[in-house]
Amino acid sequence: MNKYDAIVIGAGHNGLTNAAYLAKAGLNVLVLEKNAYIGGATVSRELYPDWKYSNCSYVCSLLRPEIIRDLELPRHGLQVVPYGGGVTFKENGDYFGSHADHERLLREIARHSKRDASAYERYEADVMKQTRLIRPFLMRTPPDPTSLKPKDLKELSLLAKSFGSMGEEGLADTMRFWTMSIGDFLDEYFESDVIKAHLAGSGIIGTALGVYSPGTAYVLLHHYMGDVDGSVGAWGFARGGMGSVSAALSKSFLSFGGTIKCDAEVGQIIVKNGKTKGVALANGDELYADIVVSNLDPKRTFLKIMDEGDLPSSVVTKAKNFKIRGSSGKLNIALDGLPTFTGLPKDSPLCLGEKHFSDSLPKMERAYDEWKAGTWSKDPYVDMLIPTQIDPTMAPPGKHMMSVFVQYAPPKVNGGEWTPEDKAGFEKTVIDQISNYSPDFKDLILHCETRTPQDIENEVGLTEGNIFMGELTFDQLLFNRPFPGYAQYRGPVKGMYMCSSGTHPGGGVMAAPGANAAREILQDLRLTNTVPGGYDDD
Amino acid sequence: MIPHDETMMLKTPFHSRIEAACEINMWEDWKGYTSPQAYTEVEQEYFAVRSNTGVFDISPMIKYRFTGPDAGAYLNRLVTRDISKIGIDRVAYTVWCDDNGQVMDDGTIFHLAENDYRLCAYARCLDWLMWSAEGFDVTIVDETADVAALAVQGPTSCAIFKEMGFEGIENLKPFGITRFPFEDSEVMISRTGFTGDLGYEIWIDPELAEAFWDALFEAGKHREIRPIGSAALDMLRTETGFIQAGVDFVPAEEAIRTGRSRSPFELGLGWLVSFDKPVFNGRKALLKEKKEGSRYAFVYLDVEGNKPAEHAFIYSGDKEVGTVTTGAWCPTAKTNVAFAQVDAKYGKVGQELVAEIYYERELKWTRVMAKCTVIEGAVFNPPRKRQTPAPDF
Repeated sequence: MNKYDAIVIGAGHNGLTNAAYLAKAGLNVLVLEKNAYIGGATVSRELYPDWKYSNCSYVCSLLRPEIIRDLELPRHGLQVVPYGGGVTFKENGDYFGSHADHERLLREIARHSKRDASAYERYEADVMKQTRLIRPFLMRTPPDPTSLKPKDLKELSLLAKSFGSMGEEGLADTMRFWTMSIGDFLDEYFESDVIKAHLAGSGIIGTALGVYSPGTAYVLLHHYMGDVDGSVGAWGFARGGMGSVSAALSKSFLSFGGTIKCDAEVGQIIVKNGKTKGVALANGDELYADIVVSNLDPKRTFLKIMDEGDLPSSVVTKAKNFKIRGSSGKLNIALDGLPTFTGLPKDSPLCLGEKHFSDSLPKMERAYDEWKAGTWSKDPYVDMLIPTQIDPTMAPPGKHMMSVFVQYAPPKVNGGEWTPEDKAGFEKTVIDQISNYSPDFKDLILHCETRTPQDIENEVGLTEGNIFMGELTFDQLLFNRPFPGYAQYRGPVKGMYMCSSGTHPGGGVMAAPGANAAREILQDLRLTNTVPGGYDDD
Repeated sequence: MIPHDETMMLKTPFHSRIEAACEINMWEDWKGYTSPQAYTEVEQEYFAVRSNTGVFDISPMIKYRFTGPDAGAYLNRLVTRDISKIGIDRVAYTVWCDDNGQVMDDGTIFHLAENDYRLCAYARCLDWLMWSAEGFDVTIVDETADVAALAVQGPTSCAIFKEMGFEGIENLKPFGITRFPFEDSEVMISRTGFTGDLGYEIWIDPELAEAFWDALFEAGKHREIRPIGSAALDMLRTETGFIQAGVDFVPAEEAIRTGRSRSPFELGLGWLVSFDKPVFNGRKALLKEKKEGSRYAFVYLDVEGNKPAEHAFIYSGDKEVGTVTTGAWCPTAKTNVAFAQVDAKYGKVGQELVAEIYYERELKWTRVMAKCTVIEGAVFNPPRKRQTPAPDF
């Protein structure tokens, strides 16, 4: 049996979601995964006995609730537990605590600046306005602005209507928000350095831009537009690590009769007479299907597993020009106990949230400067969490697991491959930084997995280790993602589709690209749609 | 920078006394402060204000202080009302708007001395105040935590103050301010409040808060003074027709959806807008609205029957024309009132409307379509509220 109705390449969360919806529609679907395990960047891995690491993606908010419910992911074992708050430590021993409780947060902001506490309410409302604009489009296919097809015109008018409902002032705000830097945006609200630094993190995570680079304000939005149980902007832990997301998706897919093959790297998408015919694996085996969906990023899809001769040359050029730059690394650490942090009481609810050690925008911009110069940041921006304070399944009782997202880390060090010495230096930089704020941290380390962008590319397949499968800047969003003319999940060859985070609405463990792509495929096959519509915010 | 404070909730300067008196442990969060919803029984607390004296801790109210040569000019530019007419030791109720003429908040301005004012507000607005201060020689300080305050409201409130030795308090006119020595310092008393009754608000150094509370309750013990919580206050303000920010309108800066904020005209507060002033925030937009008409009208409704019209839809015939923002049975006025937002053309006094009210009795829900009439104003408005000298009951 080597003939299927559809083959999905890559068992990441989008591939599995796409496959589940195709299988739900009655298709015989095969998912191929190059690694020995599924999940892509949505994994829990036991790399140290009895510890589980969410060693790529590490928190959950964007995963669309429509999909969670529709694919019955809770029944298949997914539980998302929200966590609240966070801390940015200051060099002077003080900190800013972003409390989950609203009034307490405002009081803490007022501790740094009373004016900022009042400005925060305006900031919150303004960000929420922008969030509300984008949220209804997450579960929709972006319209083609050059098309006169009724469907495109309908979707375009919906987009126009949404923009229109923002009012004249709101529209101007939106245009500014989508194009300006997070630093400039925050400077318009706040005077306190540490508050700006705390909020700016979401504008640069996963992005090879600095806090003062245009386009980073939108990246902040991308981190605010998810929700946990309707609480917009909230983040949570997937109990058991992010692997439980892909595990639940795969169980849902299997329940619809799907097949998953691991250790099955695709070498080539087979195209004959301008039509997709199947795939050839790296080991030479051929598998056939008239529908092939790539969950790889656009660069890998068009430049690695497709023959240039099968593609319009403009697509090859667009894929080459696609911006997908590696900017971040990761440390996953097994801890013998819970570390303490200078100045922060051990029972503070702030301990449960994310921790950062960059207390000003200039410091964050300098960290970016070092990346531009070809090396990792010497005083990096980190997003650190200890999920075992909330999720007891990730480490033995009393022990802890720490996830440290580190920015910036270059895909190549000074133009060359990462050497073991580079990697050790990168690891030391991060551990030293955390130790500056946590004196007992170093002594608690039992094991540390350090991942450079290069490691992430080699293992997961994300080009340059870019976590979003392409920068989330306006030139690569909506009907421009991944490129103009190809934003509706259809590839340039009949029967070939894309469903990765490189398509609308972009990266993060959202599953919307996978679902949206399935809807388009089913439409082309004239099958009944199985993909749910988006929930309404109002 | 103020020091770390890891406690979850703030406590007002009266907290020790409030905690001792709060028998049923019903607390709520008022801008971060532990605040009592009720002490013993809501109805009794409500009637304390209508028949005796009730005391409500208003310390959490946001308070800003304005000093400097341009303080008055600055405030007059900030708010819609002409406060140049507000003399020293007088208080004015007002609203302030954004540049689109949408109400950011309502509150009271206290003219404390030459070039010295206090603004009491529902929402934090320091950022907006600072924006508006560009070009003015004015110093703005958030003094929320620096001033302890109590509302002392009810027909016997004046008598209790006289008992405390505040001679001549009966001559204080509504919206007037006076001061009396207390301990080695002083207490400021204004004839203001949120209950529509005879009543006062006292403003004091937090250090003296507990001593003042003790002296007040000692003086009032034969006049049945009692502390009241926010639940009783809500009944009181409804009966007397006071709107509340965050309930009856969304402060413009917090509104996320387009069109959800309201102008002063749309809140029945057109009388606070003084176009005689050449410049104030929102003037241009409000002038336009005055010329072209408002979208909505704020109305007081007399609702048939005794079922509170909370959250009710309002109809004119079959057409849905608005919704209720506040609705309650009024125990003193013995009537059923509601505040509603309706399409502007249904806002005239005498307009007949219908409220779709749902209520529950032992898990059985019933829907009534209650007739309502738009009425002039508050259903409770006793002469004693205005009488000077204040009567002694």
